Amino acid sequence: MSVTTDATVRSEEKIKVTRSRRNVAWTGLGAIVVVVVLALFPYIVYSGTTAIMVQGLIVLTIASMWNLLAGYAGLVSVGQQAFFGLGAYFVLIPAMHGLSPFLSLPIATVGAGVAAFPLWWLVSRLRLGYFAIATWVLAEAVALFIEQIQSIGGGTGMPLPGFAGMDPKLLAAYTYWAALVVAVLAIAAVYFLLRSRLGLVLTAIRDDETAARTSGVKVGLARLLVFVVAAAGCGAAGGVLAIDQLQVVPGTSGGVFSVQWTAIMAFATIIGGLGTIEGPILGTAVYMILEQTLQSYNAWYLIILGLVAIGIALFARRGLWGLVDDRFNIRLFPVGYYLWSPGERRRRPGRQAEGTAGVAG
Amino acid sequence: MGWVNAIIQGILTGGLYALFACGLSLMFGVMKLVNLAHGDLATVAAYIGIGVIAVIHIPFLWSVPIVVAIMAALGYVLQRSLFQSAINRGELTTLIVTFGLSIVIENALLQFFTANSRGIGTGSSLISSSFSIGAGLQIAWLDVVIFALAVVVLLSLQYFLSSSKYGRLIRAVADDREAAQLAGADYRHVFGIAAALAFCTVALAGIAYGMTTVVSPTTGTDTILLFAFAAVVIGGLGSLWGTLVGGIVLGVAQQIGAQINISYELLAGYIVFLAVLVIRPQGLTTRRSQS
Repeated sequence: MSVTTDATVRSEEKIKVTRSRRNVAWTGLGAIVVVVVLALFPYIVYSGTTAIMVQGLIVLTIASMWNLLAGYAGLVSVGQQAFFGLGAYFVLIPAMHGLSPFLSLPIATVGAGVAAFPLWWLVSRLRLGYFAIATWVLAEAVALFIEQIQSIGGGTGMPLPGFAGMDPKLLAAYTYWAALVVAVLAIAAVYFLLRSRLGLVLTAIRDDETAARTSGVKVGLARLLVFVVAAAGCGAAGGVLAIDQLQVVPGTSGGVFSVQWTAIMAFATIIGGLGTIEGPILGTAVYMILEQTLQSYNAWYLIILGLVAIGIALFARRGLWGLVDDRFNIRLFPVGYYLWSPGERRRRPGRQAEGTAGVAG
Repeated sequence: MGWVNAIIQGILTGGLYALFACGLSLMFGVMKLVNLAHGDLATVAAYIGIGVIAVIHIPFLWSVPIVVAIMAALGYVLQRSLFQSAINRGELTTLIVTFGLSIVIENALLQFFTANSRGIGTGSSLISSSFSIGAGLQIAWLDVVIFALAVVVLLSLQYFLSSSKYGRLIRAVADDREAAQLAGADYRHVFGIAAALAFCTVALAGIAYGMTTVVSPTTGTDTILLFAFAAVVIGGLGSLWGTLVGGIVLGVAQQIGAQINISYELLAGYIVFLAVLVIRPQGLTTRRSQS
């Protein structure tokens, strides 16, 4: 639907359509510089810092995935901990057979993605609230099922083998790089998915599902794709957690199958800004700051995080990034389209937001 | 004999699950609100019950109306403030807000009451006693009382909604908010009353659960909410009697699972839930009329 509009606009040769008002090449260059600097961190900061950053990168990965689900596809899943936990087990199981846990990360990613197919089949008919609780029940069932298998630790979990005799500093650096690679790939995947046809399809569904369906959009297929990608991303993050903690503990309270993982990803996304790629990044930063300052007060950081998320959901729906965007009108990851009014030039001063086509804001 | 026992126990537990599901079902039916904090609110009710008995030293039975009244007031206030503003902003916000509330309550309980499990001390011999029907079949009075309570609650809800004046008002507002508003009904107040009513059942569910076993901060999500939802789905949406059937099916499935292997108890319940979701998504009791 939007594609045809786009084409007609282009054929008239009067109105220019670009991805962003600004030149994105600089943003892209900036992103590469940031990633390179982050990659050099093990050489320049203490290992304590990288250890904290590994947690941050895990949260960033899962928050980006949850954002893709809830922010772009309207799928509020409360069961992402199922894929997160499965990812951890998909690293553990090959490691028990001698494969390096780092090499198992792709297995965890693909494995969690494949596991998403049957689970999607079970919940695909449900919408919003019922989808949310049904995914939660599914996650619980997956956790209970895994806990029945005694050879992978049953209900108590297992230490992760495969790192015996490895220099702890080197291991810490490798873990950090693995977490960084997973997080960067996750964000890149979301970015390119949304720039692709799928992004348009999801926007069409979000704006009017019935209209999209009658225009020939394969709504179910688009949602399935998002669900599978989000599961794969959460699986990869779970795999990183297993490597980081050097063990896999199941259990729905405190373990890899804990609903708190979904709470963390949801809160980070909502605080940062649901439905923007920048949101989860900003939200993860807020999450990590809160977690680090309040970590000596046990559960308080989750209480405060939850209250902040509720407040933001009610009073600043576009999150912190929405506030930034309102003020400065910037998008680091442009996935929508910008419609130039005739004669408009790049880098014109002032806020010309009225001219924004805002296909995917 | 073990199997017969499992089925009887399952049926009786089903009453408790139906009690869990009442409030969830009612809130969804009237306000279209899927309350992800449902289970945690029931846990809060159980903790209030424990607190009331411990602090003012009253007999257990006297604490029940106090807890129900507190929860009803909480329900009205929550609906008028948090839930209503969330509903106004769409279903996505509702989910985020109630999920946030769920996590906040769970962690607040953890913070203030530690992760230890507690039970509601009833101090009555009736509760711990049981009677025997035939060889080896012991039935606890408490389970029978809770089952009866669930049936009474469902019956009165059914009667209230279908026959009383205020019940009709609630149904009218649920059906068409604007039309009811035009006819002079303040839908916010009606929603508040419906929420208060739902929270009464939530309070009873929490207390009943605290009596049969023990509550801990995570009980709300990993037991009450998920069992309530499973009962609603198995029984079929929008039918109070379906909820009872759903609760019973879930309870029986769990008891049969436990009979095979004690660690299969929860899994068996969820497998039945998933099977219903696949084979009969409209639930066991509702006919396939609307898609």
